[in-house]
Amino acid sequence: MYVAVKGGEKAIDNAHAWLAEERRGDTSVAELSVAQIREQLALAVNRVMAEGSLYDPDLAALAIKQSRGDLIEAIFLIRAYRTTLPRFGGSEPVDTEKMACDRRVSATFKDAPGGQVLGPTFDYTHRLLDFKLAADGEAPQAPMTDAPPAETPHIMSFLDRENLIQDEPAGPKVPDDLTRAPLELPASRALRLQALTRGDEGFILGMAYSTQRGYARNHAFVAELRIGAVPVEMDIPELGFAVDIGEVTLTECETVNQFQGSKTEPPQFTRGYGLVFGMTERKAISMALVDRALRWKELGEDNVGAPAQDEEFVLYHADNIQATGFLEHIKLPHYVDFQSELELIRKLRREAQAVQEAAE
Amino acid sequence: MTKENDPNAARKTWMSLLAKSDAGVLSQIWDKADIAPDFRFLRAPEIGGVMVRGRAGAVGAAFNLGEMTVTRCSVTLNSGAVGHAYVQGRDKKKAEVAAQIDALMQTDLAAQVEAAVLAPLRKIAETAKQTRAAKAAATKVDFFTMVRGED
Repeated sequence: MYVAVKGGEKAIDNAHAWLAEERRGDTSVAELSVAQIREQLALAVNRVMAEGSLYDPDLAALAIKQSRGDLIEAIFLIRAYRTTLPRFGGSEPVDTEKMACDRRVSATFKDAPGGQVLGPTFDYTHRLLDFKLAADGEAPQAPMTDAPPAETPHIMSFLDRENLIQDEPAGPKVPDDLTRAPLELPASRALRLQALTRGDEGFILGMAYSTQRGYARNHAFVAELRIGAVPVEMDIPELGFAVDIGEVTLTECETVNQFQGSKTEPPQFTRGYGLVFGMTERKAISMALVDRALRWKELGEDNVGAPAQDEEFVLYHADNIQATGFLEHIKLPHYVDFQSELELIRKLRREAQAVQEAAE
Repeated sequence: MTKENDPNAARKTWMSLLAKSDAGVLSQIWDKADIAPDFRFLRAPEIGGVMVRGRAGAVGAAFNLGEMTVTRCSVTLNSGAVGHAYVQGRDKKKAEVAAQIDALMQTDLAAQVEAAVLAPLRKIAETAKQTRAAKAAATKVDFFTMVRGED
């Protein structure tokens, strides 16, 4: 039962005013600009773009400032803004083969054409706090090597040539879109990938880790991980041809997985796929592992009852905005609901007491 | 269609360049070129979203990756030339300038616009791309074998 009550407007206004003051913090410390967040907290910006499902570094940086660094709150702001935008259309699928790679590594082939390019990675750092960063320092400069533009073909294409890797079937030109229609099960691979790429990094990481620890183990190798810029091309209705409408930085992870064969498929390698906005490598690897686990049905594998194989469990709990919305609503007033619970407990206790007294 | 026999190849190239340019840089170059024409809007600058798609396994079925912000604008010049712009981001001035440039490139002023605006923009984009590629190349791993086991 709902009972409308009024009150608290002044308390709410004052709470928001205090929030604004706390957001600013000590005024003797310089204020952060949105550009500083965009440039210097780039990986937080990337996460907000990926899970907010909107590529716009300035908006993501603003959201991080507004949310005081609470990234889920920032993602919420971006999702809300996104719904106000008219949709001009859908792009052609991005061609990641043509990516200008900042980073490109393969865990399966040492001598991959195009080479192993580490890029600006945390790998091989010692994870020791660098106190130099706490002091004002000079801007560091990366070394450069002149290199002729090299092709970086997908590693998977080599396995494909030998027919050792499972085919990727084509699909409809306009894929299902969970921002336009409620997610229904069973979900197409397109819907699963969309839900995973905008899903919570922590949740997807946990699910991926569970597959590595043995819950639907599928023994993934990272055939290739690449990060870099790709152009986004869209058909312009006024013109009747496609032009680049921008460029986005993406992280792509392709896993290759042992597969003994099943009732329907010969022994071969199978694929898991991760593609995420920004430099978001932990998320992309996690996405590829969970994508692969969810494919058990189409590959004719057994359902061993592992959480990562359960598409309802994974897809309905991956979205941190849905999750936090439902979770946090329980802190809002439930006075009347609780009043009825209280009445019920009192009544039950009275009855129990009466029974006990009658027995004595 | 290959680039050589695509009649729209040149227009595609300049529209793509404009879409990806930095709003501040474009504005600076445009103001300096001082070739702003008289125009009227067919469509005033409008901010919206485009759903970016990828492919499962990079080669398979398309899926929706997420949206990006895009601003579009259409203008017509006194000569009747019509210019369109679909540019990344939310900068209305950028879209307006890009649409004017697209229109001007279809007039006698094309060579002038190419030299004063597109050529410098292209140079900036190429330099940025080369710089990033050179930094990436410096992190390329050279493997060498230290000891090869004999048993």
